[in-house]
Amino acid sequence: MSQQSTTRTLRVNGEPQQVAFAVHHSLLEVLREELGLTGTKHGCELGECGTCTVLIDGKPVLSCLELAAECEGRSIETVEGMMQGNQLHPLQSCFADLGAAQCGYCTPGILLAAQALLAENDSPTRDQIVEALSGNLCRCTGYHKILEAIEWAAARLRGDDQYQPPNSAIYGDPVPGKQAKDV
Amino acid sequence: MLRLPAFTFHQPETIEEAVALLATDPAHTRVVAGGTDLFPNMKRRHQGAESVVSLRGIDALHGITESKDGSVIIGATTTLDAITRDEQIQQKYPSLVTAVASISSPVLRNAGTIGGNLCLDTRCTYYNQNEEWRRSIDYCMKEQGDICWVAPSSPRCWAVSSGDSVPMLCALGAEITLVSSEGERTLPLAELFRDDGIDYLSKRPDEILTTIRIPSPSGARTGFWKLRRRGSIDFGVLSVAVSGWCNGNTTDRIEIWLGSVGSTPVRCTASIAALIGKPLDDETIAAAAALARKSAGANPLGNTDFVPQWRGKMIEKYVEAVLREVAGLPRQRMVPRHGSEKWPS
Ligand SMILES: Cc1cc2nc3c(=O)[nH]c(=O)nc-3n(C[C@H](O)[C@H](O)[C@H](O)COP(=O)(O)OP(=O)(O)OC[C@H]3O[C@@H](n4cnc5c(N)ncnc54)[C@H](O)[C@@H]3O)c2cc1C
Ligand code: SF4
Ligand code: FES
Ligand code: FES
Repeated sequence: MSQQSTTRTLRVNGEPQQVAFAVHHSLLEVLREELGLTGTKHGCELGECGTCTVLIDGKPVLSCLELAAECEGRSIETVEGMMQGNQLHPLQSCFADLGAAQCGYCTPGILLAAQALLAENDSPTRDQIVEALSGNLCRCTGYHKILEAIEWAAARLRGDDQYQPPNSAIYGDPVPGKQAKDV
Repeated sequence: MLRLPAFTFHQPETIEEAVALLATDPAHTRVVAGGTDLFPNMKRRHQGAESVVSLRGIDALHGITESKDGSVIIGATTTLDAITRDEQIQQKYPSLVTAVASISSPVLRNAGTIGGNLCLDTRCTYYNQNEEWRRSIDYCMKEQGDICWVAPSSPRCWAVSSGDSVPMLCALGAEITLVSSEGERTLPLAELFRDDGIDYLSKRPDEILTTIRIPSPSGARTGFWKLRRRGSIDFGVLSVAVSGWCNGNTTDRIEIWLGSVGSTPVRCTASIAALIGKPLDDETIAAAAALARKSAGANPLGNTDFVPQWRGKMIEKYVEAVLREVAGLPRQRMVPRHGSEKWPS
C-alpha cells in the first residue's frame, strides 16, 4: 500500500515545528527519526514497558501507541524539555545524585511520569508514587532509589531544603540486617 | 522499530462523517479511539486495516452526563482515566471505578477509552504474538489458519473476552447505542457479545458505539475483584463483578458476572437463582460460589497466563470473596491490587 504523508505543526517542548511524516507513524517514530529527539526511548513498542512515555497536554502517555498525526494542537513534552537553560530539573538532579538511573533506559519515561504526578500532587505518599509509576518498568534499580529520588525532588520542589534522603538510599545497607546509619 | 503497517487516516469531527467513512468500505476500515488495543494488534500484524478512522476529534462522543432519571451516560471515547476521576461515577458506581482503575496501567488509561474496552479484541497466547512467532508454528484459525492451537480438535476459537469494565457494566445493567449510516439502535450491553473468539461482537463493522448508559444504582451494593499476575499492566485471567439489591434479610435481585473466563462475559445464572429470596450469609454465599464455577461459558483453557485448573478453582474463591464484600461479611482473602482508586478527581 502506498504511504499517505502529511505535514503538521507539532508543539514539542514549547516550540512549534513543522514536520512531514507518513500518517501511520507513531509519535515515538517522529520524535526520534524526524525531530532527532532520541531522549524518548523505544522498548517494547506495544504499550507494555513505559519507556516511551511523554507528556501530552500534561498527561503521561505512551508515544509508541500515539499517532503523530493526532498530536497537532496539543502540547508535547519530552525529557529534552525538562532542563531550564543549564539548570537540571530537581527530578533530574535527585535521580543523578542518588544513582536512581543505572543503565538509564527507563529514566526519561519515569522522569516524565513523576513530573506529571508532582504537578498535581506536591507531596505524594509512597503508595501514590508507586501507583503513578506502575506502567513504567525498570530492570536495573529495583525501584528503591527511584522512589527515594522522587520523594527528595518533591521536597525540593516544595521549597523544603532541609529534607535529606535516608542514608540507606545514598550508601545502601552494606551489612545485611543492619541499617547504614551515621556514615 | 516495530512499525505500524501503512494505512490512510481520517480524522472526522462529527458522528455523521465517521459513519459515512465507515460505510464506504467497512471490511477494510477500522475505527480507533485510544489505539491501545488496535495499534499493538496492527503492529503484530494480526489485525489489519487499509483505512483507519479516528474518533478522537468527535466532541459528541466525549464526556459524562447525568440524565433526569438518575442514569449516567458515558460517551464512548471518554478515557478510562477520566472515568476513575469523575465524582459522579465515584459516588454512584464505586465498583466501576475499581474495575476501570484495574485496567492496564496509568499511562495506558490516559489514552485508552471505555468504548475501546467494550470492543476489545479477544485474546489468546497463540494469537497475541508477533508475525514471526505465529508463522513459525503456523497460523491459527483466528487469523489466516485452519486450526485452534489451544483445542486442536475444536471447530471454534476460544480466545478470551478480556475487557475488565465489561462484567461490571453488565452487572449494573448498562445499555449501549450503536450508530451507522442506516440509523441507530440501543441494546443491553450483554447483547453486544457473542460466544465466539473470532466473531465476538454483535456490532456490525459499519457501526460505531456512541454511548453507554448506566441506570441509576438505586441502593445496589456492588463489588469487583480481578485476578492477574502483577498489580498493573497485566490483563486479568478472571474478573468478578457483583451488583446486589437486598431488602432486610432477603436478596431481591442480584447480578453476578465473570470476565476473562471464556470468549464472552459470563452471567452466573445458577448462582443468581440460588440467592434470590435468601439472605447473603456464609452458607448461601459458599453454595452460590460453588455453582459459579459451572456457569455456562466459564471455561478457562490453556490460552492465558496461569494453569486452567487453578483459574477454574479461583472462580469459586473470587465469587465467594466478592459476595462476602457485598454482604459486608469479614474478609477471608487478601484484596488484589486494583490500581488508582484513591486519585483526586
Ligand atoms: C500492556 C497492555 C495492558 C492492557 N491491560 C488491560 C487490562 O488489564 N484490562 C483491559 O480490559 N484492557 C487492557 N488493555 C487493553 C486496552 O488498553 C483497553 O482495553 C482500552 O480500554 C482499549 O481502549 P482504546 O480506546 O485504546 O481502544 P482502541 O485500540 O482504540 O480500540 C479497540 C477496538 O475497539 C474498536 N473501537 C474502539 N472504539 C470504538 C467505538 N466507539 N465504536 C466501535 N468500535 C470501537 C476499535 O476498532 C478496535 O477494534 C491493555 C493494553 C495493553 C497494551
Ligand atoms: S483460541 Fe485457538 S483459534 Fe482462537 S486465537 Fe487461540 S489458538 Fe487461535
Ligand atoms: S515502547 Fe512504548 S510502552 Fe514500551
Ligand atoms: S535504569 Fe536500567 S531500566 Fe531502569
